[in-house]
Order: sequence, then C-alpha cells, then structure tokens
Amino acid sequence: MAKILMKGNEAFGKAAITAGCRHFFGYPITPQSELPEYLSRELPAIGGTFVQAESEVAAINMVYGAGGCGARVLTSSSSPGLALKQEGITYCAGAEVPCVILNVVRGGPGLGSIQPSQSDYFMCTRGGGDGDYRTPVYAPSSVQEACDMIQDAFDVAEVYRTPVLVLLDGMIGQMMEPVDFDRPRKQREIPAKDWATTGTKGERKPNIINSLYLSPEILEEHNYHLGRKYDLIEKEEVQVEMDRTEDAELVFVAYGTMARVVKNCVEDLREEGYKVGLIRPKTVWPYPYHAFDEIPACKDLFVIEMSMGQMVEDVKLGSNGRHNVHFYGRPGGMVPEPKEIVRRAKEIMGGVK
Amino acid sequence: MAVIFERTKGLTDAQTHYCPGCTHGIIHRLVAEVLEEMDQCGNAVGVAPVGCSVLAYNYFNCDMHEAAHGRAPACATGIKRVLPDHTVFTYQGDGDLASIGTAEIVHAANRGEKITVIFVNNTTYGMTGGQMAPTTLIGEKGTTCQGGRDPELHGYPIRIAEMISTLTGAVYVERVRVDTPAEVRKAKKCIRKAFEVQKAGLGFSMVEVLSTCPTNWGKTAPDALQWLRDNMVPYFPVQNFRDVDIEAAKEEK
Repeated sequence: MAKILMKGNEAFGKAAITAGCRHFFGYPITPQSELPEYLSRELPAIGGTFVQAESEVAAINMVYGAGGCGARVLTSSSSPGLALKQEGITYCAGAEVPCVILNVVRGGPGLGSIQPSQSDYFMCTRGGGDGDYRTPVYAPSSVQEACDMIQDAFDVAEVYRTPVLVLLDGMIGQMMEPVDFDRPRKQREIPAKDWATTGTKGERKPNIINSLYLSPEILEEHNYHLGRKYDLIEKEEVQVEMDRTEDAELVFVAYGTMARVVKNCVEDLREEGYKVGLIRPKTVWPYPYHAFDEIPACKDLFVIEMSMGQMVEDVKLGSNGRHNVHFYGRPGGMVPEPKEIVRRAKEIMGGVK
Repeated sequence: MAVIFERTKGLTDAQTHYCPGCTHGIIHRLVAEVLEEMDQCGNAVGVAPVGCSVLAYNYFNCDMHEAAHGRAPACATGIKRVLPDHTVFTYQGDGDLASIGTAEIVHAANRGEKITVIFVNNTTYGMTGGQMAPTTLIGEKGTTCQGGRDPELHGYPIRIAEMISTLTGAVYVERVRVDTPAEVRKAKKCIRKAFEVQKAGLGFSMVEVLSTCPTNWGKTAPDALQWLRDNMVPYFPVQNFRDVDIEAAKEEK
C-alpha cells in the first residue's frame, strides 16, 4: 500500500485498527485528543466500540474488563492522565490482562504544560502502580515507527498476557508524516485465550480475572511467576538502534523525538571529523543495557533528554562505571536545540578541533 | 427420595467466608437462582467488588472479574461492550459503590449501560472493620465516627437508589430488603426483573438491597434484622423508583 500522510495521533488510531483492535476506552487530554476523536468516528463504522469514559480511572478499568474478555483493547492518555490510569495498569499486570496503553507525554509535574516532554520515563519504565510488576515500553522516534510498534504491542500484550505501553511525546503525536500501514512485521504465534471470560457455556469451569491472593505464599508464587515472565521479556523483546558507535569516542544516548534531533547532531559532528555515535533505545523497558558492552572506543556517554534526567540512570546502570556519563536536558516542554547539544559535545571532547 | 431443596447451580460448592447472620448469603443465593432460572449461568460474566464480597468470584458459578474498589461498573462496561449478548452484573457494597465508586456508578447508569447492579447496603464498611460508610445513618456509630455520625462533621447518608433513579439511562431501580421470608421473595422478583430488563436491552438496572452486618453492628442476627427494620427502612424507603413495562418498552425500542 502507498504511504498516507497522517497526523501522528490519528495514525496511531489507524495502526491500532490495522492490528485488529476494535475497542477503545479513553478520556480527552491534550496533546493526544485527536486519537480518541479519530477512533470515535472510525471504530463504530467497522462494528467496534468507542466509549468516552467519565475519567481516566474509569477508562482503564473499562480496558481491564474488555481485555479480560480476550478483546484487543486500547486506551491512550497524556501524562497527568496516565498517572490516574496507574491504578488500572497494576490490576491489568496482576491479573495478566493484555492491553495497549499510549502515553503522549507532556510537561509536568502536575498539570505542567501541553508541550512535548520525556518526563514520564520513570512513571512508565518503573511502574506508577503498586506491586512488583513491569510493563514493556516502546519508545518510537517517528510516526511510522510508532505505527509499527503499536501493531507489535498488541501481539506482545497477548503473547505475554501483559499491559504494554507505547511512550510517545507531544511532538510525535502532533507532527504529520507519511505512513505505510502494511509493512512486513514479525509473525508471532498468539496463544489461545482459554483464560478469557467469555461465558462458560456450561462447558468449562468458570474463568476468573483477578489480582487478589489473600495467602502470602500464593501471592509470592504469583509474583515469581510474573518475574519469570519479565525475565523472558527482557531476554526476547529488547530493541535498540546503534548508529556509528563502532569507532565512536563519544556516544550519545537518546530516545523518541530527542533521538531524531541527536541524529542530526551526530551527522554534523561527523562531518567536522568528530567520532561520535548514537545508542537509541527502541524499548526503554526492557532496556538495552547490553548496548554499552558494544562500544569499544567510547570514553564518554552523553545522554540527551527532554527532562531533568531520568533515563540517565539506566545509562549509568548499563555503563556500570566504564564511561564518563554526561547529561544535558531541558524540562517542562522545552526541546534541546542541536546547536547547544553540538556545543556541549565538543566541550566534552576537548573543545573545537 | 424426592429432592425438595438443593443448592442452586448458580453457586459453586465453595464454603463462603461470610459472618453468621450476614445477609450476603441470601443475596448471593437470590442472584444465583435468577441466573439459573433464566439459564444464564453459562452466558454470564459477573464483577466482584472490594469489601466483604471481594471473594464473590469464588461463589458465583459463572465467569467472574475482580475489580478495583468502586470500579466494577467501569469494568462491567468494558465486558458488556465486548460481549453485548452476555448477561453482565456487578455485586457491590456501599463502601465500594456509594463512596469511591460514585463516579463509575453514576456514569454507567447515565450511559444506560445494559448491565445489572446488585447494590448491598449495610451502612458500614464491613471488611475493613466497621468504619463509617457514605450510607451510615445519623447517630450510628462506626470506628471512624465513634460518637455516632454527625452531619455537621460527616454529611448525610447518601440515598443511592433515589439518586440513580434521576438518570435517564437508569431504566429500572428498586430498593428491597431481605429481613423476612416475604421480603426475600419480593427481593428475588426485583432481581429477576433487573436481569430481564438487561436481557431485553432496555438499559441500566439496579437493585439496592438493605442488608445487615451483625459483627460490626455488635448485634445478634435477629437483633440485626430488627435494627434494619427500625432504623434503615425509615431512611431508605423500600420501593420502586423507576419501573418499566418490559414488553411495552421492547416494542417502543
């Protein structure tokens, strides 16, 4: 199929439909509202359901109900809204309900701003809800990649029976780019949904979607079971792009929109003879810690974020003291500029050549 | 030997954890009998709440979801939208439905979600140890209102059935009690009607059931039933708030 020029937020909705999602429950919040608007029009037209919930809390609990019935279900929100959804996300994790959640991040904390930001990294990769759980988190850099990852996310959610997050920012949500929705994807075998609540029909014992285990011994075993699942996800699902890192003396680390900006900086610095590269995590949980074992010439890691520095902690874990770790970021919805990033990189590398 | 009374197929054979004298057992049985009589056990998905009936998913013999505190109507909305031909119900106490879950119940009713809500009102937080509920009566003591509920400090007991019945999407709303055999029989009729309204696709249906908590009220089972009659019924009138002629409504639809 030919590429279609679409606004990010609308393209995300089309990607979900392409993945077979027919149920959306959400609540409007800037800068992601074009997504529910698009799906409110498109889903009923193909026999799906769109419900504008009374709150983000209700929306994610509708997702929990629908996902428990085995349906492919989506919700989306932006930062303060995602904070409210954390209650339902931990229930989905505990009860092993597959679902996909998009977070189009804006500046915080609190009501913050409506400008693009990356300050929900901790909330998304560490989990804002209670208990020992993890959620796979995709971090696309373009509208096309977001659409590919959203489609993969539905598969991954069902393969592992887990909520999956897609971490976007207002920039990717609001920009227009050409998208091909028929790109070849990794074929996955989706396990039978024999756990779903679809009515017993008198043919089996009742299925129960539940995260309550009153006996601590049984809850402990459930957590070990979840832990083994997360170990497997860390082994199988980590994704990273390494750009010119083989001989790089300075390696940038950036994800999402920020990685796009940094790519231009790498380009410019290379033209001037600086040996620089980029590690771009495409999943931020599981995190590509192994990438830091594969940069033999690197002395300096330079983390660029649209935040006060959240991913920098994962970079330090991956580096494990082997590199000098530097950070530059701007919070509150400000986007670091290439000129400033280049200037600071040159400083780290001993000044202008 | 002829069997004249047996366990309804709507309930599993699990032993329940409810306290002696608590009327959850009666209400469970009524819901389960209705599901069995309407041949819906294999087609039903129930939603259990947080509170004393948190383990209801072990007792009803149908597919069940356990929902977060107060969120059962949202969870049921998700279920019903995926499975529109199934019978979907929530079973919620007053702490769950009338406090933390007021937004969810009001909006599910207002959307006219085709679900059935069984709302069990015993004026207290049973499981957590008898704290004040939104339905605790004026002067009634709780562990967080030890001098008795004082409206100056705590506001007034919420009349949920009255409130929900103001919403257009709520098609059938009735308050019942289960303190005598005659009232139990009436309650069952109302629960059946609530499920029939759902089956006919008419909208949201809710039955509020006045219930007892002998343990936290500090009363014997018979005294608890008497307290319900003397104190709850005057404030929470047992009556129909929104009725519907199912056949006429079906035709109109």
